[in-house]
Amino acid sequence: MAGPASESNKGTIDEGIEKGAEKLEPDRIEQVINNVLKNETGARLKVYVDTCVHCGLCSEGCHYYLSHDNDPRFSPAGKVKQTMWEILDKKGKVSPEFIKRASEIASTECNLCRRCAMYCPFGIDIAYIISVVRRICHLLGVTPLYIQDTAHSHSATLNQMWVKDNEWIDTLMWQEEEAQEEMPSLRIPLEKEGAEVFYSVIAPEPKFRAQLIYQTAVIMNVAGIDWTMPATPGWDNSDMCMYTGDLEMMGRLKKEHFETAMRLKAKKIVMGECGHAFRSVYDTGNRWLGWKMPPLPMVHAIEFYYELLRQGKIKIAGKYETPVTFHDPCNIVRGRGLHEMGRYVTEEICNELIEMHPNREHNYCCCAGGGVVNCGPPFKMKRIDGNRVKAEQLFAAKARGAKTIIAPCHNCHSGLEDIVQHYGLNMEIKFLGDIIYETMEKPE
Amino acid sequence: MHGIYNFVSGPLVWVSFILFIGGSLYRLISMAKLANEKDQTVYAYMDFHYAFRSIFHWIIPFGAENMRKHPVMTLVTFAFHISLLGVPLFLCAHIILVKEAYDISWWFLSDSLADAMTLIVIASCVFFAVRRRVLPEVRFLTSPSDFIIIAIVAAPFITGFWTYHQWIGYRIVGILHILSGEIMLVAIPFTRLSHAFFFPFTRGYMGSEFGAVRHAKDW
Repeated sequence: MAGPASESNKGTIDEGIEKGAEKLEPDRIEQVINNVLKNETGARLKVYVDTCVHCGLCSEGCHYYLSHDNDPRFSPAGKVKQTMWEILDKKGKVSPEFIKRASEIASTECNLCRRCAMYCPFGIDIAYIISVVRRICHLLGVTPLYIQDTAHSHSATLNQMWVKDNEWIDTLMWQEEEAQEEMPSLRIPLEKEGAEVFYSVIAPEPKFRAQLIYQTAVIMNVAGIDWTMPATPGWDNSDMCMYTGDLEMMGRLKKEHFETAMRLKAKKIVMGECGHAFRSVYDTGNRWLGWKMPPLPMVHAIEFYYELLRQGKIKIAGKYETPVTFHDPCNIVRGRGLHEMGRYVTEEICNELIEMHPNREHNYCCCAGGGVVNCGPPFKMKRIDGNRVKAEQLFAAKARGAKTIIAPCHNCHSGLEDIVQHYGLNMEIKFLGDIIYETMEKPE
Repeated sequence: MHGIYNFVSGPLVWVSFILFIGGSLYRLISMAKLANEKDQTVYAYMDFHYAFRSIFHWIIPFGAENMRKHPVMTLVTFAFHISLLGVPLFLCAHIILVKEAYDISWWFLSDSLADAMTLIVIASCVFFAVRRRVLPEVRFLTSPSDFIIIAIVAAPFITGFWTYHQWIGYRIVGILHILSGEIMLVAIPFTRLSHAFFFPFTRGYMGSEFGAVRHAKDW
């Protein structure tokens, strides 16, 4: 997903931030900030800010802080101090320069991974506070260029990658044809009404990882699942607007996704191996639309694979030989507690699982999530330098024999690929679906 | 001198308790109302089982991963908070005052234990102040108000200790003791000391989100 890093990383220049800030007037900044504070925030923000006793105990919750040799500017509360405390202290009377820096901190120095909420004794939701900062920056038009481009794609096409409607259908038909070489009876049923499973993916799958759709089609067909994919917008479950703070657009995206599943009268939504999309569908977008929980049953791929393996719908011909380690993605582990199911699936399909430490809810973030990888080349080195601790954690697992990293999340994949390459870890990264496809029994 | 004593131990006590209780109720009720207007999610997702599950893990020493990472801080904060609440409520001298006024009394600490606990509070305040100066991640977050809050908390204990041991000028220090206790009470609802009563709500809400929605631990 990510291109090469831009040359300069010190004093990063991002065109979206720069050009956006050029248009700012102090009055407008004050007005927008106070609008957000007055109309969109309330007791949570106030209590969080009043309750924080400035103890600094959240610091070790953050991989940026740990990776920058405990530089206090990267501690969770340190980032809030540089953004929200200042905004509240000055009652919104801050300069365009300040907004530029706030946008950079909120969008590229925090993955909203919520690990710090488990380190703050008060359970202060620092990710929420940073999201409010992003929201303010969005309304001021000061958002990093690359992620803003994906947000534009969302508004224009309802998918993240400027995939045209006919390209989507074409990609599915192409993958169906490819997979039929292997399994002649295979179908990718489009627009089927009343199917058990409505399968949705993120737009990078048809755009650059079409083999994942191929693999899923094989798994679905072998397991005999009654499934479908839509031929209309609403197929993409991803959501960068949630991360830029474009909440109105987030609502539109989730509405389209849910309504497409409902139009097809599907029994449940199954999502591919993506973390942020899960957060958006399960936890964030539904709330914006007024649904306490998603309006129809929905599961992440891990839970789906777990059921398939438990029920014996897919059988493993020979387990994956190479020792693996399991990376717990924030949005489906701290966001949905799928860590034990993930390990069940891993142990069913792999010979040996070697844990990295810390793990489960305490795992270090990949540093790509929360929209950070989507901020693109200008910030690539920032996120790689900002996650040295991940490299150390992976290296320790490697020293104990792990050779493959399982990362059941797209953003984690992109982030970990960069970490592995930059720090010379020489480990392979796979989705659970990759290994299931590789090891499962398939009809001759 | 008697006039001042009577004033701080009479009307000012009433004023400070009214401000403390009234202020705390005001803060809690106004936040509850604001949450109802602007943060409906708090009500929608608050779940008592998971709220208490989280609170429980965070009020027992070493019940959370982060407490195990900072054993000294954990020991100090627990000893500090227990002593901070325990000494004023269960000090023999305080209970005698209440008994003389209202003829109500309850169990109290031995004077030597109360003395030791007072020293724990004072030493902890020194620890917190030094920590604020020495640890870069805490120093970065520290503003002068943080030291003022430490001083507000330490003052009643320092003056109380002084008075109990009847050191030089203990009559005046005794008056300062009452006054500083009143200042601390009034400061609770209107400063970051309000974490005392917001804690169950912030922790409980995060525990509810993590437990009921996200099926994960938050400790």
